[in-house]
Amino acid sequence: MSYMPKPRVAHPGLKKNALGLTRRDYEGGMSTLCAGCGHDSITAAIIQACFELALEPHRVAKVSGIGCSSKTPAYFLSAAHGFNSVHGRMPAVATGANAANRDLSYIGVSGDGDSLSIGLGQFCHAMRRNLDMLYLIENNGVYGLTKGQFSASADVGSKAKKGEVNEQPPIDPVLTALAMGGTFVARSFSGDKEQLVPLIKAGLRHKGFALIDVLSPCVTFNDHEDSTKSYAYTRQHYHPALETDFVRPAGEIMADYDAGAAMSIELHDGSRIVLRKAAPDYDPQNRGNAFAYIKDKLRDSEFLTGLLYVEETSRDMHALSHTADRPLVDIGWQELCPGSSALPGILKRYR
Amino acid sequence: MPASQPAERINDFVIKLANVNGTGSASANSLLMKSIFRMGVPVVGKNFFPSNIQGLPTWYEIRVSRDGHIARCGRVDIMVAMNAETYRQDLSDVSPGGVLIYDSTWPRSHELVREDVTILGIPLAKICNEHFDGIRARILMKNVTYVGALAALLQLDLEVIKALLTETFANKPKLADANMEAINLGYQYAREHFECPLSMRVETMDRTGDHIMIDGNSAAALGCLYAGVTVGAWYPITPSTSLMDAFRSLCARYRSDAETGENRYCVVQAEDELAAIGMVLGAGWMGARAFTPTSGPGISLMSEFIGFGYFAEIPAVIFDVQRVGPSTGMPTRTQQCDILSAAYCSHGDTRHPILFPADPTECFEMAVAAFDLAERLQTPIFVLSDLDIGMNDWMCPMLQWDDEYRWDRGKVLSKADLEEAEHFWRYYDHDGDGIPYRSLPGVHPKGAYFTRGSGHNAEGRYTEDADEYREVVDRLNRKFDTAAGLVPAPVVVNSARGDIAVLSVGSCDGAVREALLLLGEHGITLNYMRIKAFPFSEQVQAFLDRHERVFVVEQNRDGQLRKLLINETRTDPEKLVPVLHYDGLPIGSDCILEAIREGLEKGAAA
Repeated sequence: MSYMPKPRVAHPGLKKNALGLTRRDYEGGMSTLCAGCGHDSITAAIIQACFELALEPHRVAKVSGIGCSSKTPAYFLSAAHGFNSVHGRMPAVATGANAANRDLSYIGVSGDGDSLSIGLGQFCHAMRRNLDMLYLIENNGVYGLTKGQFSASADVGSKAKKGEVNEQPPIDPVLTALAMGGTFVARSFSGDKEQLVPLIKAGLRHKGFALIDVLSPCVTFNDHEDSTKSYAYTRQHYHPALETDFVRPAGEIMADYDAGAAMSIELHDGSRIVLRKAAPDYDPQNRGNAFAYIKDKLRDSEFLTGLLYVEETSRDMHALSHTADRPLVDIGWQELCPGSSALPGILKRYR
Repeated sequence: MPASQPAERINDFVIKLANVNGTGSASANSLLMKSIFRMGVPVVGKNFFPSNIQGLPTWYEIRVSRDGHIARCGRVDIMVAMNAETYRQDLSDVSPGGVLIYDSTWPRSHELVREDVTILGIPLAKICNEHFDGIRARILMKNVTYVGALAALLQLDLEVIKALLTETFANKPKLADANMEAINLGYQYAREHFECPLSMRVETMDRTGDHIMIDGNSAAALGCLYAGVTVGAWYPITPSTSLMDAFRSLCARYRSDAETGENRYCVVQAEDELAAIGMVLGAGWMGARAFTPTSGPGISLMSEFIGFGYFAEIPAVIFDVQRVGPSTGMPTRTQQCDILSAAYCSHGDTRHPILFPADPTECFEMAVAAFDLAERLQTPIFVLSDLDIGMNDWMCPMLQWDDEYRWDRGKVLSKADLEEAEHFWRYYDHDGDGIPYRSLPGVHPKGAYFTRGSGHNAEGRYTEDADEYREVVDRLNRKFDTAAGLVPAPVVVNSARGDIAVLSVGSCDGAVREALLLLGEHGITLNYMRIKAFPFSEQVQAFLDRHERVFVVEQNRDGQLRKLLINETRTDPEKLVPVLHYDGLPIGSDCILEAIREGLEKGAAA
């Protein structure tokens, strides 16, 4: 249970990162999710990514909405502040927090109900502002906490545990993000840590809104036969369109890459994402092409995964509003209050 | 023209201008009011406008009051009837002995006359068509021309008008000249055709020298600037929009680096009010001073998050510029109709501190106080203004600022505090005042905790334990008690008589004060208290205790302030007599006077 802290013992031989911290320093409370829940694998991937990036845990801010997914920020980075907000409204909290303190790394965890139904508007507008944050949708096609209703990401023909068949078309977060101007759009699978960890690292380093839609089966309500969000179905139907590697600014040479097939994209802080296409005709820097390609594959029930679209040159919310480089919370009183001497000048027009 | 002129009335009359919206009348009417103000005569302007851009009726009422009365008084002494559609109604609104001015370019029906009103026709359209080119200019200049005619009729100082036009059109001198020409045309016409000045007229005084004419939204925005606010989030809604507009323009001037263009503020136009309040809470959680301006419908949308802010204890300031609601229900008309919804906003056990400014000066002062209270109490604070205060120009003493003032950030643990601390318990009441200590994200790993709306215990950990939950909500109640001692004290005006009183709130103040003066002239003296904040302090309780009967004056149908007093004080409801005004127009002294007289008679009979 999350209110039971994990014992803080660590094997002296545990690997340390650049800050001298071990993976244990990036963990949180015990998960209260069902055994085998895909979300717990995503939590583990976040921990791994933050550890490998050597982020200072307390310089991360965790935000979430409501739902099983939104509980998970309690299960990683216990040394980071977290904000479990109201249903579908995490993007607003992240926007205000980021407006006030742009220096922290923001990790938002949401679900398909939280982002695609009640919070669809906020999800879209956060992308429109290109809010600098990592935004994970732990997507299982079902409402878990209220016991098994379809969510807006449920596929046509997918059958609920009690037998009901979904006939409404799904809202796909990846296509939505591409349509809304998302600047980092990825899809992955909770069962593919090899793919997920570098995506999370790249998303954290992306300057702008980084969406990762993670297919994350619900073992209790949506893992049965005839579900299109089960472990079995997902394993069968997901196809990496691109292999993604994240390279730190220090720049180790990834010698084993075939230079011809690899595509290197430099991120804001000098780090790089190296993509290798599994599909030769796929272009992750052409929004229209990516949209059409992903949609075509969805029609054939194939979920393309990997970093599906990236645009590193666009400006984030602060650049768009010309906010100071310093976090606003660090600006002192003297620089904020114009004082009595300015008052007559201000009030002149009211005479 | 009737032969009998009304008795001479210097600097004490009401001018009402009936216009069509979108014709540029607002600037002409403002010019008229400002001219009187610059002549040293106290004045106040009220705009009654439709929710529309062009073509619907709109009125502007200017009260000239040598005694400095700031409320409406139920009289119209001079009507400028520029809107044929409302002419009949406008004529009937003129008080006996009054004057009506109309555009005589076209004939009026013979039925539309009144024996007790002086009717003056000026061919405004004809004059403007002869002197100005272009349809737009001709429409605009008709308004300026009637100001010129009024200048002659009221004996306004043409030099003052000229100076105002020169300032207004400092960058467009040609426009200043054209406007002055229109003033002169109206002025000459009136001088040639009517007996000028009227018995009602303006004479120079020296009562406005240290004053300004400012609207409450601009003053509140200025308060936000001076309070060190860095984050604002909002969704446009009448009548609060001009608050954020003013804040942004002040920030562009005082918070933007001239060389780099870097802004020391961030204003986000949200997708809706649900997002706006979420942004404010996010910024408050980070330690920034953040606010959102809105109105009743916005409060409805924000209510879930406001309850979250109460329970998670996050500072936030919400300016609610009240209007008639909901939806299209007269959004451009004023009311004090959100008192209860603000006090108890959200689901579950929630109560929120409210500040009630009565005028733009208090909008400025209370804006600053609200941020101090929000951070001291770690909770959302409402500032309940209204359309009348927020959007009308009020005459206020020059605003003052004390450079010794420093913001109160409340109980925030620094990096060093956290470094030294053995542990950090977010919701633990160390000091017995119900206010816990908080840590800001990014400062120290020891300060980290998981902010949640779901149950948390005193340590800040997740709980669903019955006793732990009750401990937290009981402490929140203690915090509310602490708030009662921190919010601004009520204003009390005591008279000789002791047992009957009047109690009111916000923009009722001017009308109540005038009504009390008028009652005093008839030998009826009552005590008066104006509530400035919720929770109610002991002073409010004591005032209610020592009176047998209290007239509670407010601008809504349901007596919301009265109900809040009944709920939150130990008072017999029978002795609280409601005096209600709720037609969407600002309350006038006449209706209060009438209601109190009637109430006193009834009381005497009983």
